[in-house]
Amino acid sequence: MSEGYAGNKGPKIKSDCHVTLKQQPSGGIKIQLKSKVEKLYGDQIKKVATATLNKLGVEHCEVLIEDSGALDWVIAARIEAAVKQFSDTSETYIPDLKPYNQYETSKERDRLSRLYLPGNNPKMMLNAGIHKPHGIILDLEDAVAPAKKHEARFVVRNALCSANFYGAERMVRINQGEMGIEDLQYIVPHNVHLILIPKVEDPEYICRLDKEVQRLEARHQIEKPVFYMPIIESALGVEKAYEIATACRNIVALAIGLEDYTADIGVKRTSTAEESLYARMRLVNAAKAAGIQPIDSVFSDVGDMEGLFENVRKSKQLGFEGMGCIHPRQIKVIHDGFAPEAKELEKSMKIVDAAIKAEAQGIGVVSLGSKMIDPPVVKRHKKQIDRAVRMGFIDKNWQETYNQE
Amino acid sequence: MTEFVKNAAGRLIPTHINDKEVVPFQGVGKYRPQGRKYAPPIKTVADYPEDGDKRVASLKDALVKAGLKDGMTISTHHHFRNGDILANQIFDIAAEMGVKDLVWYPSASFPCHEHLIQYLENGVIHHIEGSMNGPLGRFASQGKMRGQGVLRSHGGRYQAVQDGDVHIDIAIIAAPCADPFGNANGLYGDAACGLLGFALADSEYADQVVVVTDNMVPFPCIPWQIQGNNVDITVEVDKIGIPEKIVSGTTKVTKSPDRLLIAEMTAQFCDEAGLIKEGFSFQAGAGGTSLSIGIYFGEIMRKKGIKARFARGGSNQYLVKMFEEGLVEHILDGQTFDLEGVRSMRDNPTHVNTSPFTSYNYHGKGNFASLIDIVILGATEVDTNFNANVVTHSDGYLLHGIGGWQNCLFGKTVILPIPLFRDRIPVIVDEVTTLCGPGDLIDVIVTERGIAVNPKRKDLLEKLKDSELPIKTIEELKAEAEEICGKPQKPEFDDEVIAAIKWVDGTVIDVVRKIKE
Repeated sequence: MSEGYAGNKGPKIKSDCHVTLKQQPSGGIKIQLKSKVEKLYGDQIKKVATATLNKLGVEHCEVLIEDSGALDWVIAARIEAAVKQFSDTSETYIPDLKPYNQYETSKERDRLSRLYLPGNNPKMMLNAGIHKPHGIILDLEDAVAPAKKHEARFVVRNALCSANFYGAERMVRINQGEMGIEDLQYIVPHNVHLILIPKVEDPEYICRLDKEVQRLEARHQIEKPVFYMPIIESALGVEKAYEIATACRNIVALAIGLEDYTADIGVKRTSTAEESLYARMRLVNAAKAAGIQPIDSVFSDVGDMEGLFENVRKSKQLGFEGMGCIHPRQIKVIHDGFAPEAKELEKSMKIVDAAIKAEAQGIGVVSLGSKMIDPPVVKRHKKQIDRAVRMGFIDKNWQETYNQE
Repeated sequence: MTEFVKNAAGRLIPTHINDKEVVPFQGVGKYRPQGRKYAPPIKTVADYPEDGDKRVASLKDALVKAGLKDGMTISTHHHFRNGDILANQIFDIAAEMGVKDLVWYPSASFPCHEHLIQYLENGVIHHIEGSMNGPLGRFASQGKMRGQGVLRSHGGRYQAVQDGDVHIDIAIIAAPCADPFGNANGLYGDAACGLLGFALADSEYADQVVVVTDNMVPFPCIPWQIQGNNVDITVEVDKIGIPEKIVSGTTKVTKSPDRLLIAEMTAQFCDEAGLIKEGFSFQAGAGGTSLSIGIYFGEIMRKKGIKARFARGGSNQYLVKMFEEGLVEHILDGQTFDLEGVRSMRDNPTHVNTSPFTSYNYHGKGNFASLIDIVILGATEVDTNFNANVVTHSDGYLLHGIGGWQNCLFGKTVILPIPLFRDRIPVIVDEVTTLCGPGDLIDVIVTERGIAVNPKRKDLLEKLKDSELPIKTIEELKAEAEEICGKPQKPEFDDEVIAAIKWVDGTVIDVVRKIKE
């Protein structure tokens, strides 16, 4: 007799379920349901469970579902994970990719904030998008206990199909090494926008990973690019930052992970972060040289919003263009912290305004008073203005009001 | 023989509850009762001790002296919330005396009153007229209570006593501080709870009024929130409540990012709608989301340099902070939720105690609830006509009381900040399981996924038309919830009516039926 288990239960668990599955020689599918939403969703839960088992070719079994408000796609993921503990069927039960999850991303889009969500915790996935992070990361790596790695894959896969990301960039952090390569089949076919690759030290690894992505793309006829954000978390990784940043196509950002980095160099991580100054500057430089975004590490004290803001300000000063977050309340603070300061913005408006006027008059050179402004400087300020407009710090018709004043 | 009639809200209700004829809901402001208020019996000073010392030796002696017997209605107040011990003791004594068929008339019940289920089972208590929370609600929903429950708002409870709908035989008033004459207040003592407003009607109208305290002071006990001239008997006991439970755990600002988002959106909505202006007033409850809304109001007021003329409590440390900072000129307080609230009421002359009479009673010459600019309330369900439910969950179980909720619906702008779904269960539905408040009185629903404004509030819609807030129709919100959660089945009910929901004027707006197990 074969058995399988998956999911979470307990008084604090919400929007999840725990499945205990025992294969039987005969007797059909017998479902026992314990759920506080039984009176409202009991029939639906049993229907989804049965459909999943049918698709996976399980004909006779006893199932105990201990439910705490799991949605259909979570129930299906838990059932499938339990079945696949004893069955090597290649069948899968994958929800349709919802229309609201079919949007695209682009290389240049802002990645100021990216919110980490534990890959085996469906509850957080339901509402993450409403807090408007630039990216949502379903984490298969450090946030998932080793024993739960496999079942988390089904949750993450089904979440990519069914949980609404509300326009955030759809990211997954895969595991390290071979396990990370295996993770790809669960995510690449389901409109993952960006893959975070942890603890990268070897550019070769990214090439290998990219080959597997290409294979999956061909097999599933995927044309939209899947982007990569390698995370550098060791002394060796820092030394190889530029090689990693340019290892293959579709690398759009380079992130630093300071918990592991400081451990690797054998120092304590401090809030003032002098110990990682070199690493961070090296990473910023490598990313800029490669033409991609440098992204800073998470700030782990979720209660200290002032400390976070200070941290973001310093990060921005060093040249970083984004930061990870582990709590939705950090998102706004990070966006505000990366926002151009009023004085900066005023200067940018002045320069961009002059540039637009110069162009309208057919003058090739932009000048302010007696001072000539170099084209790269204009470009930088233009980028700043565009971002400020996108993030709602200034109106898109700012130029009209600007010229009235 | 009980028949069923359709009331003005389209709900099928019985003509009789507990064998007494009831008036079906006739629409908001439509029912005009005739006659005079109920009057308590005339008493004479000749029957009371000349030295004003009305003390008896024990709670049991008090109940005996008050003439406790089968079928009586016993009232208690809920200022001690989950820290109340008196209600349980009263019925322990009644059981010991072999008394049966009592009606308990609390101003609210709490989980600590699960103790009383045994007395509902063995006949000491016939039924409860008051909120039935948690275990008591479940017990009633399963059809196990012999009589039918009657749920009233705080204002409705005052109205029912004043109009003679409910006759209180014995009122037991737990008082943190009292004198032997019966003057009492909630300001001092181990069980300090601020005020005793919920016991006001009981003290004025009951046949027998008993004040129980663990903090007896020599005459006079001032201020006399309860007047000794209304009191028949006083008792001193060792302990009347559990202080740490009187200050309930609900007065903590939420840490949930989703709820904070809802709170932030609510405050921003109020600001953009022009509701937060010099001299405005607001009522925010003690739930985590409501508390956060108050804090966001404070930020907006500071930024604008304006003050609120008054705020309605449940006071708590956060409201007191705003008040003492000068952002709020008066607190008109219905109940204090923590010790900071109690302290402030003691120290500050413009932190005033109120009662259901001043704030909520619908059969009076006005009440404060309708004067408030912004009212923040909760709900378990709202339907697409903005009708709302606060007493049952979508699965049909009776789990909450009405509190001041119905009364507060008369505020100028009523906002319900609620999550779009809880544990998969959509909050916005086709039709509420139990109707507690008509949609005409509910103006705005704020969820984490969008804000729906009652189409009747064209003024609000006009003010918000260029807003960046996600203004949606209520149908859109319902569709969004169902897209995420799936459409729920309907719970099944028996025909048996287990409780009546009274409207603020004493008419029956809906009933709760027994759950089919």
